[in-house]
Amino acid sequence: MRHSRRKVLKAGAALAVTAGIPGRAFAQAGPVKVGMSMPQTGSLGAGGQAALVALRLWVDDVNQRGGLLNRKVELIAYDDQTNPANVPGIYTKLLDVDKVDLIIAPYGTVPTAPLMPMAKQRGLLVMGNFSFQVNAKVQHDMWFNNAPWNNASSWSDGFFAHGRKLGAKTVAFLAADQEFAQNLANGARELAKKGNIKAVYDQNYPPTTTDFSSLVRGIRAAKPDMVFVMSYPNDSVAIVRAVNEIGIGSGVKMFGGGMVGLQFTPIMSSLGSLLNGIVNYNSYVPGMKYPGIEDFLKRYAQRAKEAKVDPLGFYLPPFNYAIGQMLEQAVNGAKSLEHKQLAAYLKKNEMKTVVGPIRYGPDGEWANARVVQAQFRGVVDKDVEQFRSPARQVVIYPDAYKTGEVIAPFEKARKAKA
Amino acid sequence: MFFSFELLLEALMFGVLLGCFYAAVSIGLSVSFGLLDVPHVAHPAIMVLGSYATYLVAGQGLDPILSGVLLMPVFFVVGVLVYRFYYESFERRGTEAGVRGLAFFFGLAFIIEIGLILVFGVDQRTVEAAYIGESLELGEYRVPYRMLVAFGVALVLTFALTLYLSRTFTGRAIKAVAQDEPALRLMGANPVRIKQWAFGIATGVSALAGAMLIVVGPVEPAIDRLYIGRTFCIVVLAGLGSMTGTLVAGLILGIAESMVLMFFGASWAPAVAFSLLLLVLGVRPQGLFGR
Amino acid sequence: MRFWISAAVLAAASLGLALSPVNEYFFYAAYVVLTFVVLATAWNILGGYAGYVNFGTPAFFGIGAYAATVLFRSLGAPLAVQIAAGALMGGLLGFGVGMLTLRLRGIFFAIATVAVVFIMETLMINWRYVGGATGLQLLRPEVIAPFENYIRMLFVVMAWMGIAAVAIARYVQDSWIGRGLRALRDSEEAAEACGVPTLKLKLFACTVMGGLMGAAGAPMPMYLSFIEPASTFNLNYTVGALGGAIIGGMSHWLGPIIGALLLGSLQQIVTVTISGEVNVLIVGVLLVLFVVLAPEGILGLLKKWLPFSK
Repeated sequence: MRHSRRKVLKAGAALAVTAGIPGRAFAQAGPVKVGMSMPQTGSLGAGGQAALVALRLWVDDVNQRGGLLNRKVELIAYDDQTNPANVPGIYTKLLDVDKVDLIIAPYGTVPTAPLMPMAKQRGLLVMGNFSFQVNAKVQHDMWFNNAPWNNASSWSDGFFAHGRKLGAKTVAFLAADQEFAQNLANGARELAKKGNIKAVYDQNYPPTTTDFSSLVRGIRAAKPDMVFVMSYPNDSVAIVRAVNEIGIGSGVKMFGGGMVGLQFTPIMSSLGSLLNGIVNYNSYVPGMKYPGIEDFLKRYAQRAKEAKVDPLGFYLPPFNYAIGQMLEQAVNGAKSLEHKQLAAYLKKNEMKTVVGPIRYGPDGEWANARVVQAQFRGVVDKDVEQFRSPARQVVIYPDAYKTGEVIAPFEKARKAKA
Repeated sequence: MFFSFELLLEALMFGVLLGCFYAAVSIGLSVSFGLLDVPHVAHPAIMVLGSYATYLVAGQGLDPILSGVLLMPVFFVVGVLVYRFYYESFERRGTEAGVRGLAFFFGLAFIIEIGLILVFGVDQRTVEAAYIGESLELGEYRVPYRMLVAFGVALVLTFALTLYLSRTFTGRAIKAVAQDEPALRLMGANPVRIKQWAFGIATGVSALAGAMLIVVGPVEPAIDRLYIGRTFCIVVLAGLGSMTGTLVAGLILGIAESMVLMFFGASWAPAVAFSLLLLVLGVRPQGLFGR
Repeated sequence: MRFWISAAVLAAASLGLALSPVNEYFFYAAYVVLTFVVLATAWNILGGYAGYVNFGTPAFFGIGAYAATVLFRSLGAPLAVQIAAGALMGGLLGFGVGMLTLRLRGIFFAIATVAVVFIMETLMINWRYVGGATGLQLLRPEVIAPFENYIRMLFVVMAWMGIAAVAIARYVQDSWIGRGLRALRDSEEAAEACGVPTLKLKLFACTVMGGLMGAAGAPMPMYLSFIEPASTFNLNYTVGALGGAIIGGMSHWLGPIIGALLLGSLQQIVTVTISGEVNVLIVGVLLVLFVVLAPEGILGLLKKWLPFSK
């Protein structure tokens, strides 16, 4: 009688305990805190908001699987407003007040630049987030970027190669005076020289410039064959509008190249038909086959709708999700949160992510670049869903992903039907 | 830098349009600082407030310039209240109002700017209208309509204000109070009420200036810092209190900026207004048409 | 004598604090607060004693920061040399600005100082060697013993700089220079008539102010490991310096210390708990409140409420 009562009591207790735990039980050591600054307002804001949705999706996914080392993962993200001056304070707070275990870089070269010396001085592992050559001067050996480019060549080769095919001999450079554009501009100038392309116009502008009519007039007067623009979202939009207002000249064969922001869904839908003809870089356009990406985009779209953010999620979200995946593989592989061990693991192994396999070169960038140059065609105004069709962004480089030939000159391509 | 006659002409044309726009933006300051001697460093901030108010009203579907006009009476009242507060706190008491008055308006400018950031965020805001984004084609040249609209409104505004100050009774009273306050008091008019009225008008005009600002280009809360230089440069160059002077000074600044932009690059343009200001203060502080 | 004993005690205390196991973030935040103590004290020499409102704090602060950057980048100069260079350049700029603008009254002087800020910023934007608008990443040298890390050392440096700034302000205030400045603040014409060399005194005050602000700016690039023009020449420094002095009380060297410590600490706490913008808003609101209701600052309020005079 007593035995059975004890048994019932024990069973009842066990039942009560397990009924109280929702899902998996986490270890007692407290959560694994992942900290970052993410530009959610300011020039990069639209992209940053979408990226954050993808990261939060990964956090939920990994917690479903039991977290990292059996501890729940918690993401702490502050808004740096695309202002590099805010970044040192935010990361100092993350490290010394919030006491995070792992850090991710902010989205974008400009906010990431101030983080690099700090990370090197404190010996921290940094997961990069779509920066371009931001580690070139500091040369921190625990830096791992998630972007499909490595050096300037990987980015600009496609643009110049096509220009040469069309018979272009001259180029106009227009670059914002900030870390991203200047890194790209330095590389692009070298490539133009090597390719015997003459720069007939080369101007930097302060990142706060809002009126580009004078600059566009200057470019037009120089009569270049190609116009290579390196700009951030606010300026990219203003430049596209200025070109539409003032005109860039009928002799320009190709326009675009390094304009950040023309990949953000809100900007694409607000510019609409003004985008037509522009040849610009991208990380992913519909039609590119990465294993698992279609499924990711579907799940992302649901979360994006709730968060009232970019519903398509093409440019940044898959690559931000990949950061999470890489951290997960490194932590599970090294079985530790210690930065040096994680860095060693990331250097040696190939990561499997929703954007394909990623292997790192010695500088912390991808060993094999995968940037595409695509031309906008047949875009109409005020339609977000149209961008799901591969025909809207025709990939002209590299050959592995090519879907069409570039239409030149630029003015003709602006009017071409899809 | 690339030089050609066409570019020069285009830069000149753009400079004229830009200059008139700058003049319209500074005319409120010509009244409040030029005529009334109020150290109104918050003038650009109130103008940016006008831009955001226009953004809200135009977001309901109204034309931005019309929204600006509709906001003028609202800002008039705001101006009267601000002046009243300033007068009661500083001018009346008279003691070292200089430091405190300046600090007050500077603090006010900051409060407005940060208030806008907290409410709207740091993102750029724009308005839409049929004339924004299209240009007028004059042969080889293309002139953006938004600049023409701002130019037109600026001319009308300057003309109207000049007429008001010289032809109407209150207008002349405002000029009188600027010239000789005790004499006006002896004549039986109340100078405080007149100054209050004038400050209200200056603030009301700023609402329309704000509307023009957001038509010409995107605005964000910190844009007032750049306009401190432009507005004060114009008001000082004009000579305190001269309305036609404001237009001329505006044109000079607009053309100067446009030339620097075209031939020296966009990175030098922000310093033009401030350098011109220092030059005027050093060489001829009473300005071109000063009293 | 009391002053020098207190100064020595504070200097030793700051060193002791830096060697103790206090949370790192304290030093990171305290450095900023101490910077504002120096800036407010320096501002007050021209603003409080002489009555000339300088809106151009960022220009002097910034030239100190960039002078330090140039020396660090070209020669790898140690921090002490950087600070000396910052003080020198700040002082020169102060002298130059003074020569140009001190003949202008009230608001014109203030607007002219704003002009200097933007012109300095534009110059730095166009100078590629210091990074232009892009900015420059800087790697700190190894920290010298006995400090655990660089930020703790910078904390002590700034604390001692604050003590030095206050000593200078106290000297100016109590000497014939201070008397002359007060005379010209009350009425410049009367002072001239009495034979006070007003222009020389104003120039002196402006130069000293510039030098101190430049010195305060010099360690900034090492503090952030990064420098770029927009944040270095930000008008927020104006509000902080001016606010610290006005809120604390402009008539005595104690005022800016009290004002900057209170304001700076409040700002840091708000930044960590609420947001970066709200902290500037609070400064603006407090500035307006004090300017309207308590123009003598906290010192003035203390004088009124406490029965003994200072």
